[in-house]
Amino acid sequence: MDRVIGIFIWVTSYRHRSLLGVGGVAQVRGCNGGVGGGFRESVEYRERSNQKKITKYLTSMACNYEEDVPHVLAVDDNLIDRKLVEKLLKSSSCRVTTAENGMRALEYLGLKDNHQQNNGSKVNMIITDYCMPGMTGYELLQKIKESSVLKEVPVIIMSSENIPTRINECLEMGAHMFMLKPLKLSDVKKLRHQLTNVEVEKR
Amino acid sequence: MASVTQLQRQFIEYTTSLYNEGYLDDQFTQLQKLQDESNPDFVVEVVSLFFEDSEKLLNNLATALQQKVVDYKQVDSHVHQFKGSSSSIGAQRVTNMCVHFRNFCEEKNLEGCLQCLQQAKHEYILVRNKLEALFRLEQQILQAGGSIPMME
Repeated sequence: MDRVIGIFIWVTSYRHRSLLGVGGVAQVRGCNGGVGGGFRESVEYRERSNQKKITKYLTSMACNYEEDVPHVLAVDDNLIDRKLVEKLLKSSSCRVTTAENGMRALEYLGLKDNHQQNNGSKVNMIITDYCMPGMTGYELLQKIKESSVLKEVPVIIMSSENIPTRINECLEMGAHMFMLKPLKLSDVKKLRHQLTNVEVEKR
Repeated sequence: MASVTQLQRQFIEYTTSLYNEGYLDDQFTQLQKLQDESNPDFVVEVVSLFFEDSEKLLNNLATALQQKVVDYKQVDSHVHQFKGSSSSIGAQRVTNMCVHFRNFCEEKNLEGCLQCLQQAKHEYILVRNKLEALFRLEQQILQAGGSIPMME
């Protein structure tokens, strides 16, 4: 059950209606008790707007307010790939933080010089490119698996090259999955499904 | 002034030809699927990043290949980047050219590399022009009050 008030789906052809506004037809998906907050989000509804897309958008906005939404750290030295993986993950209702290399990723996770700091950010999954200058995805994976705090976090390795020895090496080091680039929406959806299962298993 | 229907038909024909001629592949469709109300300019943004990035890479490649002693590892690293970005946006012909380019890097074949650089640049310019034309068509449709047809 969502922890935050669910998404209002409204069916109206009026433009510029605010989500908490009156008028039109509003349908509350689900509501949790307690005193609460809410959120304001306005979507411009053009006549030919796609209903499905709007619902998808509102769902993803609601996710920013939920704590159960997986937080993913995406690591890639290529700017275009970073932007793409970020969008793919956000479209699958994930909160995303990106890092451009292994060092930055480790800093974000609070792992500096192999010592776990207290200020590390919590993530539910790490997805990283294999080929990166400085620290490869494999080396990053290694560091994560060596950390008592981080070793349970599933790590996905991505690569544009389909090299079986590389794949095996990563899986043996404890990678949760190996994915071929370029990533597609269906790949990420599958991942998202898996992530939910991993979380459920843990409980 | 072309009607919305005419413009939309032009758009469909043009897009189809780009796929048929191998300029774009399915990955470009993936980008379009990701565009939504929260990010209505996603495709243009990513493609613009690709243009900027590519121009830098092409310059770096030219410089690297002009050195007295060519560092093929460095050249290969640039080509690898180029291959990655072009593949991520679906610029198939550019990606294919990068594959050939990497082979010549491995062989440390300067002539081959220089030729590939020219060809990669050529393919990049072609796809850039075509994508810019596509985006212009999209703008025309939107300005005429129409919506962009979804390509399946």
